[in-house]
Amino acid sequence: MEKHEGFMKALKCRECGREYPLAATHVCEFDFGPLEVAYDYDRIKKSLTRAAIEKRPQTMWRYRELLPIAGEPTVGFQVGFTPLVKADRLAKRLGIRELWIKNDTVNYPTLSFKDRVVSVALSRARELGFKVVACASTGNLANSVAANAAAAGLKSFVFIPSDLEQGKVINSLVYGANVIGIKGHYDEVNRLCAEIAGKFGWAFVNVNMRPYYAEGSKSMGFEIVEQLGWRAPQHTVVPMASGSLLTKIHKSYQEFMKLGIIPESRYHVHGAQATGCSPISVAQKAGLDFFKPVKPNTIAKSLAIGTPADGFYALKVMKETGAVAEDVSDDELREGIKLLAEYEGIFAETAGGVTVGVAKKLIASGRIPADDSVVLCITGNGLKTLDAVVGHTGRAREIKPSLREFEALINAEGELSAAI
Amino acid sequence: MPVNIRIPTPLRKLTNNEEVVEVQAGTIASALVELQSRFPGVQERLLDEKGEVRRFVNVYVNEEDIRFLQQQETLLKDGDEVSIIPAIAGG
Repeated sequence: MEKHEGFMKALKCRECGREYPLAATHVCEFDFGPLEVAYDYDRIKKSLTRAAIEKRPQTMWRYRELLPIAGEPTVGFQVGFTPLVKADRLAKRLGIRELWIKNDTVNYPTLSFKDRVVSVALSRARELGFKVVACASTGNLANSVAANAAAAGLKSFVFIPSDLEQGKVINSLVYGANVIGIKGHYDEVNRLCAEIAGKFGWAFVNVNMRPYYAEGSKSMGFEIVEQLGWRAPQHTVVPMASGSLLTKIHKSYQEFMKLGIIPESRYHVHGAQATGCSPISVAQKAGLDFFKPVKPNTIAKSLAIGTPADGFYALKVMKETGAVAEDVSDDELREGIKLLAEYEGIFAETAGGVTVGVAKKLIASGRIPADDSVVLCITGNGLKTLDAVVGHTGRAREIKPSLREFEALINAEGELSAAI
Repeated sequence: MPVNIRIPTPLRKLTNNEEVVEVQAGTIASALVELQSRFPGVQERLLDEKGEVRRFVNVYVNEEDIRFLQQQETLLKDGDEVSIIPAIAGG
């Protein structure tokens, strides 16, 4: 009897199209191309309609047919459907007509978009019979694997660069995960994990489980479309580390158009990087379809991947959608964090600062026209990267519990008097 | 001249599990020819039909990507270290 695999058909090499069984494997044996899940879109079309989606619980699983698991999800039922915030104050500040923030700083349970990919990867890992899950991570993924594995009763190993922000390290340890700090950049962590994955029989969410894992990111795009009232925004600005999220946002819009859920429309998916680790942005600006690997040097550690695995495909998507890439310095990304906080009350991590900073540049230079609509993908919470902003915010004034002291303070500081 | 080539895990089935192979070669192209003659099948995995290095295969000479040197014409000198690394997932 044929095994039930839900709406999935096979794993397929993105380069040569060779098909593989739906196992825990990620690289084509013939040409090293990445494997991707192929779906039965004819069957999906019969089952997934706007009306069907709207009746379902408000989580990422309302798009279940387009997520690669065979049965029902067993990890992360409550993940996703984060707020899409109409950002009118920030829009005015940046000089754009229509601006929205897709706010994954409050994604459940670990406050980053990684909960989307992890709930898919761990649900699929369970279907394939794994008891131990693992990842190579710049921090957010480690937090999410640790938390979701704990909730599911799975054992976890997370591998991170040893110099990560303390908040991100504690946020993995607290769940009882085995945290391994590697003395090196994320790219070195990743190479080590590729070897470990080959030797130990674990579900490495972003190595051998990657074809399933990466698809979870599409849910962010599906939600944007639905929350905008079933339309794709003219511009989406997406932070790029490996470049995977950008390609999956594009894929989510494409799938909804292909299934007839939304009409065909023209859209641009722009990429944002930190200048200290900008291999994709540099290549895009030079008009190249390949990138030069770099050694990262930026406070945006969650984006510090010098050899981005999906860099080629991210460049391709930007070319196809008439989009561009841009990058910002550490000072500019800190300013981006503050803009989002001061104008919209949203505290994003460094990657969010990069996205806001890049959007600001694209709008100021007219590459995003002032009359268009823009969605910014804000992927992680600022409470995890406090180190990045310590010393760059205002300071708390200290006084005794005395009205006279408070009045003296008000009179002494012009800025405070003006606030009255 | 003698040059060490580091073999990635997916190719080690073809190299009898050897992780490092020493070849005598003056360029990347000639190093790949020697690899192929000793381990038949290797070349097809690394190069496309036009003879170019496949997109998801990275070749480094002393940690510099040959795409930014002289591609397969990159010259090798005594003691150089060549690494063949499949593009690896990020995240």
